[in-house]
Amino acid sequence: MTNRTVRRLGIDVGGTNTDAAVVEIGADGSASVIASVKTPTTDDVLGGIRNALAQVPHEGVEVVVIGTTHFTNAVIQRRGLNPVGFLRLCRPTGSSLPPTVGWPEDLASEVCGAVAMVEGGIEYDGRPFMDLDESGVIEAGRRFAAAGLTSFVVAGSFAPVDTSQEDRAAELLAECVPGARVTVSHRLGRLGLLERENAAGLNAALVDLASSTIDAFAAALATTDLGHQARLYLSQNDGTLLDLADAARYPVLTFASGPTNSMRGAALLGGVDDGLVVDVGGTTADFGALVAGYPRQANAAVEFGGVRTLFRLPDLLSIGLGGGSRIRTEPLRLGPDSVGQHLTSMALGFGGATPTLTDAALATGRLTIPGAAIPDVPDAARVVALAAEMVADGADRMKLSADAVPLVAVGGGAFAVPDALPGISEVIRPSHAGVANAVGAALAQVSGETDRVFRNMGRQAAIDAAVAEAIEAATSSGADPTGIEVLEVEDLPLAYLPGDSRRVRARVVGPLRAG
Amino acid sequence: MTRTLGPTDIDDLAIGAWVIGTGGGGNPYINHLNVQRMAQAGTTFELIDAADLDDDAAVAVVSTMGAPIVMQERLQNSVDVARAVEIMADYTGRPFDAVMATEIGGSNAFQPFMAAAHLGLPIVDADAMGRAYPEAQMTSFAIAGLRPWPLSLVDPRGVEAVVSHVPTWKWMERASRAVTIETGSMAATCKAPRTGHEVKTASVTGSVSYSIEIGAAVRQARAAHTDPIDAICEVTGGRRLFAGKVVDVDRRTTGGFLRGTTVLEGLDEDRGFRLDLDFQNEWLVARRSSADGDTFDVLATVPHLICLLDTVSGEAIGTETVRYGQRATAIGITAPPLFSSPQGLAYVGPKAVGYDLEPTDPLA
Repeated sequence: MTNRTVRRLGIDVGGTNTDAAVVEIGADGSASVIASVKTPTTDDVLGGIRNALAQVPHEGVEVVVIGTTHFTNAVIQRRGLNPVGFLRLCRPTGSSLPPTVGWPEDLASEVCGAVAMVEGGIEYDGRPFMDLDESGVIEAGRRFAAAGLTSFVVAGSFAPVDTSQEDRAAELLAECVPGARVTVSHRLGRLGLLERENAAGLNAALVDLASSTIDAFAAALATTDLGHQARLYLSQNDGTLLDLADAARYPVLTFASGPTNSMRGAALLGGVDDGLVVDVGGTTADFGALVAGYPRQANAAVEFGGVRTLFRLPDLLSIGLGGGSRIRTEPLRLGPDSVGQHLTSMALGFGGATPTLTDAALATGRLTIPGAAIPDVPDAARVVALAAEMVADGADRMKLSADAVPLVAVGGGAFAVPDALPGISEVIRPSHAGVANAVGAALAQVSGETDRVFRNMGRQAAIDAAVAEAIEAATSSGADPTGIEVLEVEDLPLAYLPGDSRRVRARVVGPLRAG
Repeated sequence: MTRTLGPTDIDDLAIGAWVIGTGGGGNPYINHLNVQRMAQAGTTFELIDAADLDDDAAVAVVSTMGAPIVMQERLQNSVDVARAVEIMADYTGRPFDAVMATEIGGSNAFQPFMAAAHLGLPIVDADAMGRAYPEAQMTSFAIAGLRPWPLSLVDPRGVEAVVSHVPTWKWMERASRAVTIETGSMAATCKAPRTGHEVKTASVTGSVSYSIEIGAAVRQARAAHTDPIDAICEVTGGRRLFAGKVVDVDRRTTGGFLRGTTVLEGLDEDRGFRLDLDFQNEWLVARRSSADGDTFDVLATVPHLICLLDTVSGEAIGTETVRYGQRATAIGITAPPLFSSPQGLAYVGPKAVGYDLEPTDPLA
């Protein structure tokens, strides 16, 4: 932990708004928001960042963290992608499922510049599946060079168990192609060759865009006084920090950082480490669970732009309840349809003709909005009570134990959350909740992760070994080794494998080392 | 009757086979991709009724043995299983007339498709499990007392083996498992060849089209925004057993199998109750109890099918991927009658998998 007060600036570049927040972290680890601003996102992204930077105080800010959907959007919109040479170490198997199999055709044709599959790969226990065919790699490198490619993926079976073949192949490609940028799949962790290779492929397609974007971010910062006093980071998908050199090489790690930052920010603003968060918007209420200050992750494989990857998103439960939810009578119902963004023209309280949850809350006096009329809503009290029941039910579905836990309520529709709920110890409504994303980015820590098969050791020894590897990864990414906490350990004994084999995934976080 | 299967049928099969995998059998994703690619490239697949086989027809029975985690890393070539069939034909000296699956549940549902595409053979609408089971001897052929040998195994590095004779089905499981583990815990296999008469009298017939029908019902329910779990129950005659959230997953491996228990805490109508789901690769036993856990009812056991499904999407949840916090619904489906016979229960009943329980049909 730091032993003095530090300030950090978080910037969240969303599709609509670019938010910034300056957060002060006390010596005791407490965080408070000093200033925040919401500005429109500009087409060139940088304009919004510059505007946001100009509107918050910079004094004492030592770390700037940018959370951005720029790279995710580039994939979704097929914009600014460079072609990639795919090298897979797998033969004599795998050739009926070549790289980019299962990708949408338009994306595959834009990204897949050339494919080579050579002998190689590792077994689950670390033995080679086949020795690496080095002359095959060199031949592939020459072919890639002739095709004018400079960005490559190297993916081999069970590479997270033994990284040496992927590293050697990357070295050989770099010798064949001057200026080669190689994404090795093991750097993106996690078992499942296709998903790991897919993530590596998206990454390799983004390296041109990443180097220009990140240079531009650094330049935007350099034109302000922050250029001298602060270090710049991007936030990655697990809500932790990515330094600029890593971000330029591994832009794919920034995917999906938004939902994680939002929940992290809510946790920090609400002062809750373990509990629930609900974000009530105009149409839906999204419930998430916090474990040790981080969102619990969902299990499903996540697709980006139609490509299956191994990234995980926070486990969110979405229900059709928001400030704009329509009221239906006989029988009384709320949502799931909503007037959404047209609340201020369609709802009764704003002169419209549609009764909404907001109107019921205005009628009962639970909500006051300057300038809004007090509408006549029959059964308003019953509507507000129904909304409270729906929130209680959602919270109960997300909870994992019978013990009462705190609930952090954020979002424009948070008035729908009653002050007392069964199974909830306390409802917390933090200020600055509108910029929770930027706050989450500002307070990001450094993470390390491992995911591989361990064998011939007991369960505890395997977990200890995995945690030690994750700590080493976090430390080499800049974490202060004295403050590292284990965030998540998952071990899975493996069926049909000898030698007490188990897959262990460990994730740790720690504070950024000073200086 | 012969039916030609196209890309939509292939996609539906992936959904349905994973549902009746009853938590095991491996997620079909990778094998589905293999077959989908062939279908998109214009390969068609002929599905024939078992009843249309000549009594002396030669049918190849295929599956890939091994660990699901290895299958996710060592992407299988579709030609491997065809090679296992060729080796068997060479060994017996008798060319095959058709191929069929050992195990319709999970990823092995697609093995006969890969073999059929490379060998130009039709696929029999049948398998030997009607679901997934953890051990290779847990088949309708074993229950019928048919001979377990010979069996061929293929590893793509050129390791090929024939287990020419074993005294029992259990020995075939042990001998073939030993070879599989040596080759990195994955091998394509062609089991003992069956005659048309054997397939007609001793397999689960109609199971390929049944799985496709389940998948189609899920697909249509999703498109119409109706409940996919209702759709599955309608096709299978299954019954909802319990709806809740996963509050505990306890896993261990013994003898190479993934065993353990998943606990669900009830929601909605099941509030105040819990469900304990025991597994050995597949879900074996479902017990419902009051929250204090003092008394419990057995809702279903093997050989009957227990499927755990995502409450919203209806997607099947595997024993390897079930996770704390998931909102899930368990349904029960009655097993084909041959598994409930005394002979069937000796192979796949609760006692065969280590439970001192009477077999419980979820619909009885």
